[in-house]
Amino acid sequence: MPTSLLDIHGLTFAVDRHPILDRLDLEIQAGEIHALLGANGSGKTTLAYVLMGCDGYGPSTGSILFNGTDLLPLKMHERAQLGLTLAWQEPARFEGLTVREYLSLGKSGCNPESALTQVGLDPDRYLTRLVDKALSGGERHRLELASVLAMKPKLAILDEPAAGIDMLSINHIIDIIRALKEGGGSVLLITHQEEVALIADRASQLCAGRIIFSGGPREAVDHFRGRTCVRCDGEVCHYVRS
Amino acid sequence: MSDLDELRRTLPMVGAEPAILDDLRIAHVVAQGHHILSHRTVPGLRVDLEETRDAIIGKLIVEAGAQIAQPIHMCFGLAHPTGVQQIKIDVQVLEGAQARVLSHCLFPFAKAAEHRMQAVMEIGPGASLTYTEGHYHGPHGGMQVLPHATIKIGKGARYFSDFSLLSGSVGSLEIDYLVEVEEEGLAELSAKIFAHKTDHIILKEAVMLRGERSRGLIKTRVVLEDRAKAEITGITEAYAKGARGHVDCMEIVQGEAHASAIPIVRVFHPEAKVTHEAAIGSVDKKELETLMARGLAPEEAIELIVSGILR
Repeated sequence: MPTSLLDIHGLTFAVDRHPILDRLDLEIQAGEIHALLGANGSGKTTLAYVLMGCDGYGPSTGSILFNGTDLLPLKMHERAQLGLTLAWQEPARFEGLTVREYLSLGKSGCNPESALTQVGLDPDRYLTRLVDKALSGGERHRLELASVLAMKPKLAILDEPAAGIDMLSINHIIDIIRALKEGGGSVLLITHQEEVALIADRASQLCAGRIIFSGGPREAVDHFRGRTCVRCDGEVCHYVRS
Repeated sequence: MSDLDELRRTLPMVGAEPAILDDLRIAHVVAQGHHILSHRTVPGLRVDLEETRDAIIGKLIVEAGAQIAQPIHMCFGLAHPTGVQQIKIDVQVLEGAQARVLSHCLFPFAKAAEHRMQAVMEIGPGASLTYTEGHYHGPHGGMQVLPHATIKIGKGARYFSDFSLLSGSVGSLEIDYLVEVEEEGLAELSAKIFAHKTDHIILKEAVMLRGERSRGLIKTRVVLEDRAKAEITGITEAYAKGARGHVDCMEIVQGEAHASAIPIVRVFHPEAKVTHEAAIGSVDKKELETLMARGLAPEEAIELIVSGILR
């Protein structure tokens, strides 16, 4: 019997009374890569921010249990200390902070060299570099994944981890996501890229703030591509309407 | 304990080893108030010093073509809570010469004191000077620190300055630098300041790009907390073909502190270009949240971001 690592029930988050997440239910099992698909504006990134506890993203109703612990009263760093983390779609840049420092944040015994090697960046070239504007978008994305790997989280939320990555490197990103799972973690994988979504164990489609489909990744991708959710075509989603 | 011993004892506070004063290969000037406690020169460097009642007057000349291998250390300070120190210094780096100056300003006990620096620097054609000034102040504030300098950078010459005040509470700091850059010359001015309590920081740096293909950069990083305030003005004017300048000012404001940044850019030639960026605000939210998502408490995350900015 699979164990539920993350259990979201009836989660609603609204902006100016407009629900971005609308009574959303989702479960993620321990050791699972779970892909989250959905059109632009469907609420994927908002869900990531609500789960992580970002400032201004407190839900109005619903519950989030992480490993049996209620996340909602907890601050962001307390959630992270429980083993939850987020890799941003557009990662932040830090003036004066070295890659070595970034990969060692709040951790004793982590191995920045190993994390860099896993994401295909040469430690000799990168450890002393700064996590600033001098890094390319692709380098910064890989570094974000390296920092997640170094943290060894129970659940990593990866928001478009392959965005801006060249086609030849996508397999590398896929390997990193698998490495997170092989290290004992779970992944909530937000992606638009089919080849990335297909590595998931399960996948869900989000539309108008609700999960409208869950199943195998191939089925979910086909469902999403079939545009059966008409909200994705700019109209009211009939799943939500019904 | 002698005044010299007292100053030696405080050198580590600005990251310098007291042993540098014993090393025969390293030139130095050490002054407490208006008394010169120690000085040494090295081949290629001429040093003339004079003690007067109200100032120390000095002249440093790096001879043409000389390459001073070790940094020249200048240690100034006051070993008592009150007092005045005025330094008038003329630095000349003659054609093709290269030197680095590390200026250590130490005021660990100052409560109501004044430190004035009036510097005139000339960097000859093809010469290079790197001037690093580090301040250490105790917790009391109450000082007036007034570093003023005019710097002339000759054809193809390079000048790099790095001012830092990262420890203690200064009181009042008023920096006023004017830099003139000739053809193909380069000026890079960097200042890093962490202000606390009721510190008042006024920083005015002006770079005049007079010569063709001259270049200038003013980079300022100021972090303010408690009730500190800062007024930062970075001026770059470009007068010649191919001149390029940039003004980059970032101020982080915490607590009840407040800050202003005024980048002024003027261009007087159609083939010159000057750009600027200025940002004032609290710590960047995304940077903060990224670190918190890795498990750092908000105060730890802010400390890390601030230390990076001031590095």
